[in-house]
Amino acid sequence: MGFIGTENYIASKELQLAVNAAITLEKPLLIKGEPGTGKTMLAEELAGALNTNLLQWHIKSTTKAQQGLYEYDAVSRLRDSQLGDEKVKDIGNYIVKGKLWEAFTAEHRPVLLIDEIDKADIEFPNDLLLELDKMEFFVYETQQRIVAKQRPIVIITSNNEKELPDAFLRRCFFHYIQFPNDEEMRQIVQVHFPDLKKGLLDNALKSFFQLREVNGLKKKPSTSELIDWLKLLVADDIPPEAISDKDAKNALPPLYGALLKNEQDIHLFEKLMFMARRNAN
Amino acid sequence: MLINFFFTLRKHKVKTSITEYLDLMAALKNEVVYSDMDAFYYLSRTVMVKDESQYDKFDRAFAEYFKGVQQVNLFDEEIPQEWLRKQLEKVLSEEEKQQIKALGGLDELMKTLEERLKEQKERHEGGNKWIGTGGTSPFGAHGYNPEGVRIGQDTNRNFSAAKVWDKRTFKNLSSDVELGTRNIKVALRRLRKFARTGASDELDVGDTISSTAKNAGYLDIKMAPERRNNIKLLLFFDVGGSMDAHIQLCEELFSAAHSEFKHIEFFYFHNCLYDGVWQDNHRRGYGDIDTYQILHKYGSDYKVIFVGDATMGPYEITYPGGSVEHWNEEPGSVWMQRITNHFEYCVWLNPQPKGYWHYHASIQIMLDLMKNKMYPLTLEGITEAIKALLKK
Repeated sequence: MGFIGTENYIASKELQLAVNAAITLEKPLLIKGEPGTGKTMLAEELAGALNTNLLQWHIKSTTKAQQGLYEYDAVSRLRDSQLGDEKVKDIGNYIVKGKLWEAFTAEHRPVLLIDEIDKADIEFPNDLLLELDKMEFFVYETQQRIVAKQRPIVIITSNNEKELPDAFLRRCFFHYIQFPNDEEMRQIVQVHFPDLKKGLLDNALKSFFQLREVNGLKKKPSTSELIDWLKLLVADDIPPEAISDKDAKNALPPLYGALLKNEQDIHLFEKLMFMARRNAN
Repeated sequence: MLINFFFTLRKHKVKTSITEYLDLMAALKNEVVYSDMDAFYYLSRTVMVKDESQYDKFDRAFAEYFKGVQQVNLFDEEIPQEWLRKQLEKVLSEEEKQQIKALGGLDELMKTLEERLKEQKERHEGGNKWIGTGGTSPFGAHGYNPEGVRIGQDTNRNFSAAKVWDKRTFKNLSSDVELGTRNIKVALRRLRKFARTGASDELDVGDTISSTAKNAGYLDIKMAPERRNNIKLLLFFDVGGSMDAHIQLCEELFSAAHSEFKHIEFFYFHNCLYDGVWQDNHRRGYGDIDTYQILHKYGSDYKVIFVGDATMGPYEITYPGGSVEHWNEEPGSVWMQRITNHFEYCVWLNPQPKGYWHYHASIQIMLDLMKNKMYPLTLEGITEAIKALLKK
């Protein structure tokens, strides 16, 4: 049994293979790719397809590796001791389980998503080496060794903001999600909008890929932006002709705000469209 | 089993280790894939390669190793001369065409190219696809834009039999190609890394006080990660002539990273640094800034980056009056020395491919003046340059 995508998620053959290899060999899978190509979605859909729990650990710049294992809540223990609570005698009452702990002790083999690992401190991945390799860790406060019942399926996503250390990479499999081509994009749109008019889709995709080819955009629109834009187009019932109408007074495609999210980008695009029309005349 | 494959990868400088090799063996033993070449390609890539900038190297290594197994003969057709010539003519400017004439004309160049192609064919019988990308193009040597004459890419459409790894989709992501709009983002990240040094914690006094108060007077220490942009940067761009396209790219790159630096200042010069530079590229000649003023105004803790091809007549650097634009009392080399003596950290980024540097006497002189701190304008080059700038 392998992962072949779901009815909501089109996975390319390469991606399927990478996921299946990671599942079989029990290695964490590191996923990179342009923002909006469905990196986080993958973990959600994988958990759905395998009919198991998804544990999400979203990384922020202040996240520490220790927080994924457990945290010792000294403050509530102190308060309890002032109030004379009986609980205070057992330090175990103040150990808060982290996501990795939860994943290690889950009943069924869960999917653990470590989202945007590159947001954390540079040392963060190094602090998780042993835990991801051996799938075990030690709780000093209670002198307890936590060993994984079964190795969870670990999906790690990165936006490439920081380079990850080699020692960490050695322990992962890696896949780079490429931006889908026209045909794959059609499949993806088909999944989200099963009854989209063909004319609308053709025109929308055409202007979408044209927009992606404009050099110098700060943020190229990606799959998730396309889906949002189509949603708006459908909701507003925009006729297909309006999208590709080159002579229209408005240079920008309708509802462009869903595609271009940056003032400079919009200005640049307007300028280019203006020049294109002037040259055409 | 597949040991030679592993060593072929290593030979192509794919960063891969025994751990990954054993993983691949385990994957094959578990029959993740079975006798499907494409699937094996994807699997081995997932297991062996950990960064998209390595994908291209992997593709090349894969093709080399498996050419015997698969027998893909992709290059039995000649590249049509007319096509090449047309491509060249499209790319070259008038000035460059003049230069070709000086070098014996286009025909002579074509002949050299043809010979090179043959040579390469003999070395890799059967599966030779890397023409024009692996350094056979003699055009770079004479200063043409190698982007424009990339033979391998454009002829590819003739080869319908090309396999996935032969498409080399990830060429743009490879870290040794020149900077382009695609990989400019990655370069930017390198620069950010440059700007943000140290992640050690410091005491967050405000937070500590408020949380101690909330905690009924019991001390609760809060730490916050230290974030300081300490880097002050001066950038000198060579403008005018062949450098303009590169300069625009660099300018965009550094202005995009603007917020990451404490201080950043742009200056322009032509070919070599002399007694004056200017700050507004469109109004050159007006409001020239005395180079001395820069030396006085900015402390030696500023880091200096020059961007230029350093390709000029050697006399432009070494003789008084060498400048092509004005009469300079002192030679450019003196000015360069003043800069490198005043500022502790200086590097030079050069868009010329590194392999051609030794053909140009002026680049050699500049290398000496920069104390060898010249790096190619590629992702790798930028990383190296930043390393040199940060060295304590």
